[in-house]
Amino acid sequence: MRNGHSVAIVGAYRTNFGELWDKGIRELASESIIEAINDCNNLNVTDIEAVFVGNSSASTFSGQDSVGPLVVDSAGLVPVPVTKVGGTGAAGGMALRSAFMAVRTGFYGVVVVCGLEKMTDITNPEEMNAALAHSIDQEWEACQGLTTTGAYALMAQRHFGEFGTTKEHLASVAVKNHENGSKNPKAHYRNKIKIEQAISAKITAYPLGLYDCSPISDGAAALVLANSENANRLTDTPCWIIGSGQASDYVALHDRNSLFSLRASQLAAEEAFQQAKISREKVNFAEVHDNYTIGEIMAIEDLDFFPKGQGGFATLEGQTSLNAEITINSSGGLKAGGNPIGATGVAQAVEGVLQLRGEAQERQVSNAEIGLLHSVGGSGALAVCHIISRN
Amino acid sequence: MTQEVSIPSTWRTIAPRYRLTGSKCSNCNELFFPPRGICLRCRSPTQNGISFSGIGEVLTYTIINAAPAGFQKETPYIIGIIELEEGPRVTAQIVDIDANDVSEGMQVQMAFRRYAAPLNSKSVITYGYKFVPRFRI
Repeated sequence: MRNGHSVAIVGAYRTNFGELWDKGIRELASESIIEAINDCNNLNVTDIEAVFVGNSSASTFSGQDSVGPLVVDSAGLVPVPVTKVGGTGAAGGMALRSAFMAVRTGFYGVVVVCGLEKMTDITNPEEMNAALAHSIDQEWEACQGLTTTGAYALMAQRHFGEFGTTKEHLASVAVKNHENGSKNPKAHYRNKIKIEQAISAKITAYPLGLYDCSPISDGAAALVLANSENANRLTDTPCWIIGSGQASDYVALHDRNSLFSLRASQLAAEEAFQQAKISREKVNFAEVHDNYTIGEIMAIEDLDFFPKGQGGFATLEGQTSLNAEITINSSGGLKAGGNPIGATGVAQAVEGVLQLRGEAQERQVSNAEIGLLHSVGGSGALAVCHIISRN
Repeated sequence: MTQEVSIPSTWRTIAPRYRLTGSKCSNCNELFFPPRGICLRCRSPTQNGISFSGIGEVLTYTIINAAPAGFQKETPYIIGIIELEEGPRVTAQIVDIDANDVSEGMQVQMAFRRYAAPLNSKSVITYGYKFVPRFRI
């Protein structure tokens, strides 16, 4: 990344995540953007030069292709330019990155990012399973009946075989994220669960069970990004984006070298850390892509917080719990926090802002200085990482 | 959204799906399945229509209980990633075996089977490779 303007998050908000039957794309977009604007000090809407929308599948879930314009329409921001960034589970993180690059390069001074997904208008489970499988290879994976859950199950099996990871390790991720989610008033699930309950839950795709999977959620999150010229005017607590990385991988698992790590995550993290010029040890907390429990285990290894193969053991030992060695998914993650696909990457940034400001209440990471955000698309075909800092 | 199977998309994948044919790099001879137009090793063009023996080994597998539309009648079913003896890997259902008997490293061979049930009367029936335990003589 070449030098450019420093970029800060100056406003942040996330809606409740869950089965929000009374809210559509319009309501989710307007609530998140208006509240992110209100979170700034006196941001005039005419200051907003562009909007970047992260959305995975409005076309599939709602038959709505023009989701970008609908977002600015609902938030009263017409005629501001809007760009929708797709990328399945990584869409929100990629929208944040697009907005970051636009401000970093000096093209814009103040922009809005909105991540959004309205999922529950599809009510038939088989139809939902097919819709969710749109993120994997249709011609060579989904045609066989593979699902996204199945793809992660194939990786989990390899992780089990290679490193001795167990169902108990997976369950410990779910238990921890439900524990954290219980402290997040915006989380989809606020109930705590027991490890036996998670281990013995109904199998969805062996070896993954119900508690290894994140839920189907509606929700949105929004941020206001500003360059250093505007940041201090718009907030007393700017959160600086000090690193941003993104990478791709083969869409189908059978084309990848490794079946127990995500190369795109490794590369995105390397790029972000190089820019930030900090070491892994400086990171106090991370919001990682736990769409499946095995996803979190692979993530904390691929991001190099733990050696490859040790992620499950470390989680079971409590090393990733709130205020342990490194806090992973203080928000409850996607597992308990909810997984409105395109909203998740932006919601991670909202959690990061709350942590850096010291506003995360019961789930506050003590002395939070630096956080990492990590999103994955498909079964690992896309990954994006951001590092944010209080200074 | 659930769709009926597209006739053109089925038609253009018939050769690799029916006969498990892939591609070979015209420069370094690297083999690919599914076929692809450019070699991932040396970026040279590839040649299509390369046959594989259909014999391979299960690298990893899962048993799908929460199935997408079109697959309910087969549920639960086994899907694995199979490494062909020539090197390329294939994602496919493993059939004619009890879920408790499948294991990583087991030898399998290609079989020609029907794919997902048609979703409606206008939908075409699709066929292609699945894998079965390797016959022993």
